Amino acid sequence: MTQPESQFPDLGGHYDQFGGRFVPEALFAALNELDEAFTSAQTDPDFQAELERLRRDYAGRPTPIWQADRFSEHCGNATIVLKREDLNHTGSHKVNNVLGQALLTKRMGKKRVIAETGAGQHGVATATAAALFGLECRVYMGKVDTERQALNVARMQMLGAEVVAVEAGSMTLKDAMNEAMRDWVTNVDTTHYLIGTVAGPAPFPKLVKEYQRIISTEARQQMLDRYGRLPDAVTACVGGGSNAMGIFADFIDDPEVALYGFEAGGEGIESGRHAATITQGEVGVLHGMRTYVLMDEDGQTIESHSISAGLDYPGVGPEHSFLAATGRAKYEPVTDSEAMDALRLLSRTEGIMPAIESAHGVAGARRLALQLTEADPNARPLILVNISGRGDKDVDTAIKYFGIDGSVDDVAGRMEQPASTSEAMGVEK
Amino acid sequence: MSTNSSDESRLGISGRVLAGAREQGRAALVGYLPVGYPDVPGSIDAMCALVEGSNGRGVDMVEVGMPYSDPVMDGLAIQHATTRALERGVRTSDVFRAVEAVSTAGATPVVMIYWNLVDRYGVDRFARDLRNAGGAGLITPDLTPDEAGDWVTASDAHGLDRIFLVSPSSTDERLASTIAACRGWVYATAVMGVTGARKTTSTAAPILVERIRRVDPTLPVGIGLGVSNGQQAAELVGVGDAVIVGSALVNHLLRSEEQGTRDLAPLRQLVDELADGVRGESSVNTMGRVEG
Repeated sequence: MTQPESQFPDLGGHYDQFGGRFVPEALFAALNELDEAFTSAQTDPDFQAELERLRRDYAGRPTPIWQADRFSEHCGNATIVLKREDLNHTGSHKVNNVLGQALLTKRMGKKRVIAETGAGQHGVATATAAALFGLECRVYMGKVDTERQALNVARMQMLGAEVVAVEAGSMTLKDAMNEAMRDWVTNVDTTHYLIGTVAGPAPFPKLVKEYQRIISTEARQQMLDRYGRLPDAVTACVGGGSNAMGIFADFIDDPEVALYGFEAGGEGIESGRHAATITQGEVGVLHGMRTYVLMDEDGQTIESHSISAGLDYPGVGPEHSFLAATGRAKYEPVTDSEAMDALRLLSRTEGIMPAIESAHGVAGARRLALQLTEADPNARPLILVNISGRGDKDVDTAIKYFGIDGSVDDVAGRMEQPASTSEAMGVEK
Repeated sequence: MSTNSSDESRLGISGRVLAGAREQGRAALVGYLPVGYPDVPGSIDAMCALVEGSNGRGVDMVEVGMPYSDPVMDGLAIQHATTRALERGVRTSDVFRAVEAVSTAGATPVVMIYWNLVDRYGVDRFARDLRNAGGAGLITPDLTPDEAGDWVTASDAHGLDRIFLVSPSSTDERLASTIAACRGWVYATAVMGVTGARKTTSTAAPILVERIRRVDPTLPVGIGLGVSNGQQAAELVGVGDAVIVGSALVNHLLRSEEQGTRDLAPLRQLVDELADGVRGESSVNTMGRVEG
């Protein structure tokens, strides 16, 4: 808590013991090239102006904050404020990072991008930027995820991307990442691996954070403008952790703002079927970084489980591990059922249907609000929640989860039987 | 060739095997197989078959692979075998059994392992157990000298070799720092890509080896990724000091399982062909040829 945010990472991409580069030597040249391109672009006014233009005119930034009054009625004495990243073009915060990295791809003279995706939001965002910039695009997606997020597969294909279902391992996000790494090792001269989260080898955790920082830069100012003060707490869901890092970034050096990341508790921690990496994992190496990992006694990665494909990942970005270890941020699990309840509650009280991923952050915010109210009935906590994406892609999962059978509640305009018609008319008279 | 004492110590255990082959005017042959496939005893039998070939002349060194859940440097053949090995319950400690068996069979064992497994086992503890089993050192596909502080300490303490990988994409600066950190030999990945048998040898191999020699003419060089038959092995003699073959051997085991047999004779024949190849002897035994 005492160390300023800007002190990390070091030149090797370390956040204290976390992060670094545990990758084949074959990738070092590309990682260094990327680091140099990124670093020079950060101070290049032309690059920054172009990124700013894309964010504003293409993605639709800034995204608003919204005071969720009817939802807050279910949250004790707290006022819940939503950062509406779901309103971005493509429907999630993922576009923030993708626009930055697509510009870097051009800057490095590469013509092809590859990406891994879980829920498909990062894949859709990457396919979108590839279409916009005229880049060849291949997206790796675990076979399990292509089935539960079929709508996003179709969206990527409509955008001209090639979608590859990965049948290795657990057939989810981690295996998609492995396959993307293999592609990159083979095609590194022509290809940029557009990682979608604050994970992987350096410089990705830092780079993706910087492209997602816009979320908290906007939100911090919006809170000051609207409330004249900073929020008491900021919450977000954490899988790899890019939306959480984006909304935490500018608040890390504000010690009065509590930071909460909510991990996927799946069917409950005790069930063993979860993706609560920081809560339940141990420090190890996965996907090029030292971080908390769900692993067995030997260090073999354990398959994670979550109703949300985007959080179904047994690792986590190294800076989150660092923030957890230093105590600057707290990480807690939210179960599938808590998240789905929050999804329904937010939909019905605010008319905002969040992605199931984001619903974990919403559920966590409500839990926190009730805890704060119980701890101090006079407190009026102000809680900022990142709505990282919209729930359209999750309608199919929601139908199954809530047992909505597709039948309608009532009918109108149906031709009635003559007898009952006259009867009805009689009643009406 | 004459070497001064500092060169001798740089050769460690496994580097002497490559240097010895060089003195015989041939390349050393290194064969990779993962422990635990088709099961632990079956994998150890197969490794011993690599050492023996059909006629007692097999590989000089066995690269004992430890299966890992997220093997980013491995192609499909090795993934298929290692995934099944994990499903069948292979444990990190099985590596030491395999190492011991290879050592007893008369070849030099080195272990290829992804870093998290060593990290989890305890770096010093792993080094100690490997040394006690008769292992020569480690090939670390996802650990470069940049992150290898603990491994350098442990390998020095237990007298083990550090075989790091270099790639055609390595800059001159990284080639130099990586080679400086090696003991034994350096693993040159001759193609950009993951493991897997390929039909033709890489044109990048001679260029990469020349770049390595310019940095350090004394450290032996092994060439890996893509070698699948005796002819390819023969083409690399005079280029590198060792030829590393993996996926082509694993393919034999995969095919045997498909056919419901544990007959290791076809594997031994391929080893014969490769052993001829690294001696520049032309045996046109297409029986053992594997592609894909």
